Amino acid sequence: MQKKFLSIFALALLGLTTSAQDNVYPAAPQRGIIVITNTTVHIGNGTTLTNASVAFENGKIIGVGNMAMPAGAKVIDGAGKHIYPGLILPTSDLGLKEISAGVRGSNDHTEIGENNANIRSIVAYNTDSKIIGVLRENGILLAGVAPEGELIEGQASVVQLDAWNYEDAAYKMDNGLYITMPSFMVRRGGRAAFMRPGPGNDPIKAAMEKLETIKTFFTDAKAYYQEKTHAANNLKFEAVRGLFDGKQKLFVRANEVKQMLLAMDLAKSFGFKLVIVGGTEAYQIADLLAENNVPVILDRQHSLPTMEDDDVDQPYKTPAVLQKAGVLFCLNDTHDQSRFRNLAFNAGTAATYGLTKEQALSAVTLNAAKILGIEDKAGTIETGKDANLLIVNGDLLDMRSSVIAQAFIQGRNVSLDNKGKQLYERYKHKYQLK
Amino acid sequence: MKRIFLWLTLVSISVATKAQESFPVNGVRDIRSGLYAFTNATIVQNSTTKIEKGTLLIKQGKIIAVGATVAVPAEAVVVDCNGKFIYPSFVDAFTDYGVAAAKRPAGGFNYGAPAQFISNKPGAYNWNQAIRPEINAYEIFATDETTASGYRANGFGTVFTHVKDGIARGTGAVVTLATADAHQSLIKTKAAAVYSFEKGSSTQSYPSSLMGSIALLRQTYLDAKWYQTKPVTEGTNLSLEAFNATQSVPQIFAADDKWSTLRANRIGAEFGVQYILKGGDNGYQRIDELAKTKASYILGIDFPVALDVEDANDARFVSLADMKHWELAPTNPAAFEKAGISFSISAADMKDGKQFLANLRKAVQYGLSETKALEALTKTPAQQVGVYDQVGSLELGKLANFLITTESIFNSNAKIIENWIQGNKYEVNAAEWNNYAGKYNLTINNGGTKTAYTVEIKKDLSANIIGTDTLAAKIAVNESLVKISFPEKKGRGAESIRLSGVITSGVWNGFGTDTKGGKLTWSANLVAPAAAAVEEKKATESIKLISKVSFPFVGLGNETIPQQETILIKNATVWTNEKEGNIQNTDVLLKAGKIAKIGKGLSEAGARVIDGTGKYLSPGIIDEHSHIAALSINEGAQSTTAEVRVGDNMNPEDINIYRQLSGGVTSSHILHGSANTIGGQTQLIKLRWGTTDEGLKFAGADPFIKFALGENVKRTTSANNNRFPDTRMGVEEVLTDAFDKAVDYQKAMKANPTTTRRDLELDALSEIMNKKRFITCHSYVQSEITYAMRAIEKFKQQGYDFNINTFTHILDGYKVADKMKLHGASAATFSDWFAYKTEVIDAIAYNAAIMHNVGVNTVINSDDAEMARRLNQEAGKIVKYGGVSEEDAFKMVTLNAAKALHVDNKVGSIKVGKDADVVLWTENPLSIYAKSLYTIVDGTVYFDREKDAERSKQITAERTKLIQKMLGDKKAGMPTRPAMPSTQILLECGDHEHNEGLNTIYETQKN
Repeated sequence: MQKKFLSIFALALLGLTTSAQDNVYPAAPQRGIIVITNTTVHIGNGTTLTNASVAFENGKIIGVGNMAMPAGAKVIDGAGKHIYPGLILPTSDLGLKEISAGVRGSNDHTEIGENNANIRSIVAYNTDSKIIGVLRENGILLAGVAPEGELIEGQASVVQLDAWNYEDAAYKMDNGLYITMPSFMVRRGGRAAFMRPGPGNDPIKAAMEKLETIKTFFTDAKAYYQEKTHAANNLKFEAVRGLFDGKQKLFVRANEVKQMLLAMDLAKSFGFKLVIVGGTEAYQIADLLAENNVPVILDRQHSLPTMEDDDVDQPYKTPAVLQKAGVLFCLNDTHDQSRFRNLAFNAGTAATYGLTKEQALSAVTLNAAKILGIEDKAGTIETGKDANLLIVNGDLLDMRSSVIAQAFIQGRNVSLDNKGKQLYERYKHKYQLK
Repeated sequence: MKRIFLWLTLVSISVATKAQESFPVNGVRDIRSGLYAFTNATIVQNSTTKIEKGTLLIKQGKIIAVGATVAVPAEAVVVDCNGKFIYPSFVDAFTDYGVAAAKRPAGGFNYGAPAQFISNKPGAYNWNQAIRPEINAYEIFATDETTASGYRANGFGTVFTHVKDGIARGTGAVVTLATADAHQSLIKTKAAAVYSFEKGSSTQSYPSSLMGSIALLRQTYLDAKWYQTKPVTEGTNLSLEAFNATQSVPQIFAADDKWSTLRANRIGAEFGVQYILKGGDNGYQRIDELAKTKASYILGIDFPVALDVEDANDARFVSLADMKHWELAPTNPAAFEKAGISFSISAADMKDGKQFLANLRKAVQYGLSETKALEALTKTPAQQVGVYDQVGSLELGKLANFLITTESIFNSNAKIIENWIQGNKYEVNAAEWNNYAGKYNLTINNGGTKTAYTVEIKKDLSANIIGTDTLAAKIAVNESLVKISFPEKKGRGAESIRLSGVITSGVWNGFGTDTKGGKLTWSANLVAPAAAAVEEKKATESIKLISKVSFPFVGLGNETIPQQETILIKNATVWTNEKEGNIQNTDVLLKAGKIAKIGKGLSEAGARVIDGTGKYLSPGIIDEHSHIAALSINEGAQSTTAEVRVGDNMNPEDINIYRQLSGGVTSSHILHGSANTIGGQTQLIKLRWGTTDEGLKFAGADPFIKFALGENVKRTTSANNNRFPDTRMGVEEVLTDAFDKAVDYQKAMKANPTTTRRDLELDALSEIMNKKRFITCHSYVQSEITYAMRAIEKFKQQGYDFNINTFTHILDGYKVADKMKLHGASAATFSDWFAYKTEVIDAIAYNAAIMHNVGVNTVINSDDAEMARRLNQEAGKIVKYGGVSEEDAFKMVTLNAAKALHVDNKVGSIKVGKDADVVLWTENPLSIYAKSLYTIVDGTVYFDREKDAERSKQITAERTKLIQKMLGDKKAGMPTRPAMPSTQILLECGDHEHNEGLNTIYETQKN
């Protein structure tokens, strides 16, 4: 099994410095046709095909199922393998935060100030981040990258994870504005001790004031668009035009019920397309979310329950509650020490606690594509879409067999090598291990 | 800082009965005998003796006679107490009345702040600022009328007072609440010495944790004993001198919480001290354990008021435990009585002093007997602080400290009229002396025209004036002055007649004005007094409680603690971790807490049979690295804190114990954090949900200690570190220096066992060197892993052949796996963590596989309360990363951990004779799809997935009932407070972020 991990680059460069991945190259554009034959295809929309083929040409899928072999196609025997759509990490600080603790210079995720509507995550996205290669190794081929901040955080983009630079990486630029909904929860002690209620320190009042700041910003932006000439150009207003004309979505970080309800109210009053990011307590209002067609990016599945009385598995069961209510949702993975690599296992957990495996897969592929606004070219293995797919030795969602043999982004056979694997080879060499 | 909220009371101080003889008099002497006779009263002499129509005779502040037939001297001032009750004034054994309140520095240990290593108190005092036995409350005591009047209004006449500051707080004094003259008030100087776990106003960094406080106090006991040998090296240490000098008086420990009282009692047991334990209001939750201490308690009765749960969203964030405690807290004193525990009741905790008597009556309503309540307010506290010879009952020769009340003090409408202290009268509700209720004839003389009215006055002075019409009158009485006003006639806009006058022996008269301004005179006299108040019925039987005590006291606790069973698991796939490997269709019998039989077709009479068909039975998961179930984790104030013990501060009520049981964990190694090079002693526990703090401990296991290297101990994230070391070069020397010191210590101990200062830190280090305690060492990069091994190996030359037992974190371990193997160290690491700090930039998921393949005993651990629930999956990742076999991967969270912890003879595999710590899984235990159906520890089922689902439903039902009850309180106009979320506090080692729940906060210590 270990052999499958070996890349020609690693073999060639053993013994060289391991401090960089300078020897892992982005793949060249696909030329011609590749067909994976005789395999199990997990479409991503809930269906699977067995003994099927997948064909793609110049980066696009041209056939799925039983088909005549196109002339000149390069054939990959998929017998015993499983083909999955590339996983989509819906929201992250990938490429913005390299080493969080103690290395300030490697961090570009949180800007100063309450309103940064105009800042753009894409420009700081570091395609040379050492995290990216580890995510490819784990089947994540696309990622949403969002700035963080105090209130109005800035513009997110979707990137593909095999690129020379950020312009190369951009899969959908500036697809939405992120804001963080202030917390309405009174807390005591701990890190949030400053929020303790006291004279002049009422968290609900403070939160409502912040919400008012957001509302005022959008109201003023709307008025600004009506002006024939502007006394001065306003970059912040200019940055959110897409929200008003429906080209962008409003991503609101909200976990508490009150936060989510107020986010829905905010989006409704300006006619914005809303996405809830976080959604810890979304299961409490699943019906409301479904009725209002509000999609949710569930941020932390591998998380402790909110309250000590809660079902010990509540976070694991939340996806099934949303699925049953008809909410469009996708799953994320934010664990700060494993850095998004376990996205597939977040889906696996959801499958253990109430989703079918194919529903769980959709929650990290098609649903994420829909929520990020890229379902026209990603999220499923269907004709006409980009050939973003994985060849997996077993069940992608279960660590027992989740070993990815090959991955394609836009038809490009991308490298699954990374610094970790190279260090693995280096020390296998040292100890003469097989 | 809790304090009494004061409210307005009418206070007047009568003539002082004594002058201070040694003081010069400015003016003419005015000495009086202070001889008073209180007659016709119901005298409650003590909790068991009641005298009807009795007389109390006092002189010069003392009781000179009490009884039914006391001759009243002619020269006595007679106070007729007909219909009134007289009680001994109450005694409070735990206040800080009249001594300056200490200010606490804000917040706990600040990881990033510069450290203060030594006390900044000038003088020949203790090295640690929180050890203040030299403080004597009597030296700084001054009377304080504002505070005193608050206590007096609640019936207190005497209090024990001390400076509530520090771990060893020095002595307190007993003072009365007479405020004219401190000389008279101070009735006992060094009445008791007080201790606590809180360092109070100390600005010193150490201790920064509960376990640090415990270690400091233990070390102080040892130091004080050693100081008696007059060690030249110590010079004069006034604190230790005072500590020794105050051992002979009663010793009070301010512990408050139920577990804290047990913790304090254990310290007492170690040093031969029986503390009086100041408990809180939650002792009823563990009353059996509290009774076993045989201690006398001081209880607060500041019962929680109902939360305002009208908003469903607010109610959502209140835990069932908080709601249950709201309902059950008033049963606390009754529980102590029922358990036969001696206790006194203190008002010192009251946030709202006005609620004290109401809460006292509530406690009675909830089952506390009136006799016991009175004893707890008089005799017991007086005995606790050694003044029962002076106060606490109405007996000849005792201080004239007594209450005059309108009726039995336990009646809901009873009022304290006067509180006499040392013969001084303090009025509390003076107006209650006179009950004006009754029917009066009122005559108004308006320039010769007399008009007669009938006036009906109620107890609260609301009144009707009946003439031609029935008119509502306003009456106000101030001492003997009276004001009456009433409208001339019925209807809106009627003008008022206003009367003003004096009350003299039942006759009221005076003058007034009519509606036109004309002058008039008036008089009134009582025709018929109102009927006396009926003795009220006590409504104890009407209290219906929804809540029951559960073990532990959280929503997911059990009303009865789960018991060991004989269990036969039939026909499962058994992952043995032994040479038999994974065997199919196998039965396993658990009996008397052990694995009794493994085989096919087993049967056992009376056994509970669990069908394992299609299921997987594995040994329980052992988490080598956890920080759950403790109240503090990091004693980070010094680079070496080998003296602190995580085991001193276990928290058996941490919900994460149960959550981890649901993930198949049966044992956890609770480590000290990584804030310092030599951290504290660790504690191996079994996840026995519902047991006590001591009951969690894994009996017979080798003790361990936490070490740490690298960024955390050199405080990389702090911009202003002043604690050595700041580099890895320094860390290495801290290790060498510590053991070097321990070598010298052992020599000294051998040479001079009686005069060498016993040092808990060096004791622990010596244990390590003699292989009686073992090191588990936080580490990351290859350089530090290597030098740590070498630093220790150096001591072989001096005859100490010990090693680093386990390297934890160890994400660079794959680089030096060969060296670790030679050294004999185990590795306990994470499956796939990387890139969260500089020292893990080379971390790879293949680390465990390499170390395993090189031959290092490799363990996968959590260091994270959430991930600990999925350790089986973390092991599964080692199959993915590096292709380790499933059997070997699973051993990394079971048998290998047991080996690293030296308990593989008891746990870690399914083998006859080992502990019955097993898990029945739905699937292959390495699979993400596997769920634990049963988690069994010592043959006791602590997690049962079906029962868990039932319990969740019950929780919803109980919550609903209690919310309705709270809403009922609000509707009834009873006090409520805003709903506060019942926050879950998780402790962290200070190494990395955790995946926290929405309502979870992280701290280094729980408050």
